[in-house]
Amino acid sequence: MVTTLAEALGRGTRSSLPRVVGGRYGIASKNFTPAMVKAAFDELAKTDGDGRCAARAGFTLGIDDDVSHTSLTVDPTFSIERADVTRAVFYGLGADGTVGANKNTVQIIAEDAGLCAQGYFVYDSHKSGAQTVSHLRFGPDPIKAPYLIADAGFVACHQFGFLARQDVLNVAAHGGVFLLNSPYGPDDVWDQLPRSLQSEIVAKRLRFFVIDASKVARDVGLGARTNTVLQTCFFAISGVLRRAAAIAHIKAAIRKSYGRKGDAVVAKNFAAVDGTLERLFEVAVPAAVTARRDRPAVVPATAPDFVRRVTAPMLAGRGDDLPVSLIPADGTFPSGTSAYEKRNIAAEVPEWREDLCIQCGQCSFVCPHSVIRSRYYHEDRLAAAPASFKSAPVNARGYPDARFTLQFYVEDCTGCGLCVEACPAVSPREPGVRAINMAAKEPLLAGERSNLAFFETLPVNDRARVDFANVRGVQFLEPLFEFSGACAGCGETPYLKLLSQLFGDRAQIANATGCSSIYGANLPVTPWTKDREGRGPAWSNSLFEDNAEFGLGFRLAADQHLELARTLLRGLAPVVGSELVERILAAPQIHESEIRAQRIRVAELKTRLLNEDSETARALLSVVDHLVRRSIWIVGGDGWAYDIGYGGLDHVLASGRDVNVLVLDTEVYSNTGGQASKATPLGAVAKFASAGKRVARKDLALQAIAYGNVYVAQVAMGANPQHTLDAFREAEAYPGTSLILAYSQCIAHGIDMRFGMKQQDLAVASGYWPLLRYDPAMRSIGENPFRLDSPRPTIPFKDYAYNEIRYSALAGVRPEEAATLLVRAQAAVTEKYRQYEDLAALDGSRFQPGVHRLGEPAYLKSSARIAWT
Amino acid sequence: MDLTTRYMGLDLENPLVASASPLNADVEYLRRLEDAGAAAVVLPSLFEEQIEAEAARYDHLTSVSAESAPEARSYCAEPAGYSVGPHAYLDLVRRASTALDIPVIASLNGTTDEGWLSYASAIEAAGAKGLELNVYFIPADLSLSGAEVEQRYLDIVRRVRATVSIPIAVKLNPYFSAVGNMARALEGAGADALVLFNRFYQPDIDLGRLELLLDLQLSHPNEIRLPLLWIGLLSGRVQASLAATTGVTTADEVIKYLLVGADVVMTTSALLRHGATHMTLLLRDLEAWLSARQFSSVRQMRGLMSRQRLPEAPAFERANYIKIVQSYHR
Repeated sequence: MVTTLAEALGRGTRSSLPRVVGGRYGIASKNFTPAMVKAAFDELAKTDGDGRCAARAGFTLGIDDDVSHTSLTVDPTFSIERADVTRAVFYGLGADGTVGANKNTVQIIAEDAGLCAQGYFVYDSHKSGAQTVSHLRFGPDPIKAPYLIADAGFVACHQFGFLARQDVLNVAAHGGVFLLNSPYGPDDVWDQLPRSLQSEIVAKRLRFFVIDASKVARDVGLGARTNTVLQTCFFAISGVLRRAAAIAHIKAAIRKSYGRKGDAVVAKNFAAVDGTLERLFEVAVPAAVTARRDRPAVVPATAPDFVRRVTAPMLAGRGDDLPVSLIPADGTFPSGTSAYEKRNIAAEVPEWREDLCIQCGQCSFVCPHSVIRSRYYHEDRLAAAPASFKSAPVNARGYPDARFTLQFYVEDCTGCGLCVEACPAVSPREPGVRAINMAAKEPLLAGERSNLAFFETLPVNDRARVDFANVRGVQFLEPLFEFSGACAGCGETPYLKLLSQLFGDRAQIANATGCSSIYGANLPVTPWTKDREGRGPAWSNSLFEDNAEFGLGFRLAADQHLELARTLLRGLAPVVGSELVERILAAPQIHESEIRAQRIRVAELKTRLLNEDSETARALLSVVDHLVRRSIWIVGGDGWAYDIGYGGLDHVLASGRDVNVLVLDTEVYSNTGGQASKATPLGAVAKFASAGKRVARKDLALQAIAYGNVYVAQVAMGANPQHTLDAFREAEAYPGTSLILAYSQCIAHGIDMRFGMKQQDLAVASGYWPLLRYDPAMRSIGENPFRLDSPRPTIPFKDYAYNEIRYSALAGVRPEEAATLLVRAQAAVTEKYRQYEDLAALDGSRFQPGVHRLGEPAYLKSSARIAWT
Repeated sequence: MDLTTRYMGLDLENPLVASASPLNADVEYLRRLEDAGAAAVVLPSLFEEQIEAEAARYDHLTSVSAESAPEARSYCAEPAGYSVGPHAYLDLVRRASTALDIPVIASLNGTTDEGWLSYASAIEAAGAKGLELNVYFIPADLSLSGAEVEQRYLDIVRRVRATVSIPIAVKLNPYFSAVGNMARALEGAGADALVLFNRFYQPDIDLGRLELLLDLQLSHPNEIRLPLLWIGLLSGRVQASLAATTGVTTADEVIKYLLVGADVVMTTSALLRHGATHMTLLLRDLEAWLSARQFSSVRQMRGLMSRQRLPEAPAFERANYIKIVQSYHR
């Protein structure tokens, strides 16, 4: 009603009533500033020749609307900021603790100094290497400024690397202060700055300070956490508090923040504070700009148009400046854009020893960020290779002139070290040396860039010539999921990469909300990509609670399109050739080779259809690609599958439809910070289970098995990568509903993620995570469909569990309770394994007959469907 | 049969003590040891270095990606009330002291002055009847002189002595230039007992993978000779109690150690191999041996074969060496 009235008033049909002028602002969390408010009032003040209000209805603020032209002009210099308010902006990384220190600063100033304070924190959505921007205001009166700071008297850049990508000083006020964490000292730093940054420092007459905070932090044992060092600098330079008082407050805050982590941690932070001021220097700013070079381009000139015009400004922190015309109208973003991000977040990266490598593919199999690629090629190609390019003879029979190369995308690597731990090849002469070893990145970078450029000229290996029934072969399949923003050492992403390698060129993925939806679409880039033929997964995230239904919808739509295509095709048989039509309609499509053959037939069909000028031909062309079997995947975490989306998942499992469900099981709600789910194991501490979970995890595998016709696998690639590979291939080939539960290590477990795959191995060895497969097809031939694929436990549950803080920390605070829970957890593990053993020993006739859905599509009736035998 | 003895000021029912082992962190196991006849138990060592390392690890792992995302301030859940420190160990001391009637002796390995003193005080407050100082220190720094190493031991004992009032024992290594002199100096610094000897874990090499192996090797009876020698030399010549440890597998080793003058005999390896009930066998066989020779108490036989009591005292020294060498060549 309000809208209707507003519209009536807006149209001016009721001249006796006040005119209502509406507009849009703050859309998608866009900043809404006083300057924009002023623009709205200026618009309202406009009158026509008769003195009546001539303001534009339906205006837009905060977005450059160059399509409907509704934007109002905003004066960027207009400000209502008070002179007695200190404004500071800090650019940091999540890992350096900038936000935590700034929250402490707000608290110190508000609680101890009696000032009013405001803090607002902007984060990007990366799980590793995330940038944070902190906006802080302090003043004598309550601060009512719900908008970002545009003219900061203090700007701090806590990472030198940011300078090459973004303009951190566009928020600096004239005459303000710029504090930079710099490996270069006060005499050298100026020459290392990009030209435009020098220009801003000179033009705005900024006071410029540097400190090598990273070195101070390293020296006292704080690693990458520079927060206390730079917090001390802020107080020392800004003068918000007297220096001595500020330091006392900082130390009190340190004790409060870190006290429970032990005296040593507190002492290190104290040492950082005490060692700061003597290493803080003011730079004598030259009167003029001296640099010849400016920031390098964010993306290469060879990048696609969209990447250069849309992605690049967003990567540079200028996304808010993009006009409406550049944004895709239907919200579809091109895939494969993470390749242009080159985040360079790892100080150490893997280095290959080609003389030691056994070319097993284990390293690339476990790599969470797809930065390890393998190719084999004719040795003649090496003629054009740079001198630093490494290769080795292919160590398999039948490739006499072929070379093998393992190439690392070092600028996309997070330095997790999983590959090194997975590498089985050790040097017989050099202690501690493997075929992959971590090495400092900086000295390798230039060489690796040219190596990579050459590597990308090598042809991607033909899938038809790769035996990817084994782990060794999979390394030659192109990952269609790469360089995501997931955590270093993430346990989920290797499974997604495998999915993309095996089925990505025909996959449709419904992704539940959670970590996988965040790193799966880290605006402005997406890690899902396409192969050299332009094929790749179509991916979308609906909601948390409806993902299973969302994915089932993909299947229903695909089946409908398929049926339509088949009907149209039959009708067009006289035109396009009945032999081709019959071959297409009868084609089995389970094996890769069968799908490849079908693609060739469909390509031929397309060629013939393009020569046909008829409605039916055009209609068939619109759905013709569905004649190649789609691979439908429903992906999510345990929070979705076990809890919030469980009703829908159960519905899908009961449907018998040909969808594949992949549960990336971290046993907690990872994305929101580790809350307990029904997958959280007995005895583990999680948020909402801070005294340790008291009931065992839900056995989703057995629940699905109860239906009788659902293919179920429980996998852990760190324990048995071949088993994982087999399960993925069987699940996808199975002509019904499939469920894969994939053990995924997570930072929420409190483990050193470098050893994540080894921890998976221990989970299986302890019997906590038995590897299993339930294949209804085995039942239909009279065999036992339940296979227990891992041996009896060889270590006690404790030897696995107590490597993780989620289990062990409880013993530190409530040892007797922890001991009791451990006994119960061990009993639960033992009993569960026995239950599985009993199932594995049953006669096949003791299981439900596997009944497929009636009327299944013809392509599933292939005699060659048994890919799993 | 009177098996009683006195060790570091504590009256014990018999001379068998379960020395520090990982299993001793389980109060149920300690109860079984008590039931099997152990006269005292030494808890596993509290390692200051380990507490520090755990603190650093805990800090690192619970801080990963903290304050990096709008959805979560942190990712790794921490149990309510958790704080890094020796709480679990102190809790073990408390629980063991309450649950057992026999004395519970704690063991401490510090790395800093502050660590030695603060942890020693905390252990005393938790109810330990005695404290064993496990000064496990390998002087890998080649600039350290023997005198400096000795001074380090003495400083630790002196400071801890000044801090706690419970009896303290020092677990020695055998690599001092003059073990006897060092024993006397430690006694002077305030040690109530000396435990001979600490076994340094020595590495082996995996020839296949070219890796150092740091696995634990249990002790064997043939290792008793070095402690046997030094207990024999020290018995009756120092006031501090003497504990023998290393190589105790059967009652034979127990008896030998007692004969050279040990006040108590400690064992771990045999218990790890055979279980807590092995203590009962050791005790039974000790008693049988004493009865067979018509001893009515341990005191009667203890030290019979020490340097001080033997008619040919030099047998413990150079003459003994010559004899062994000659016998070997024959």
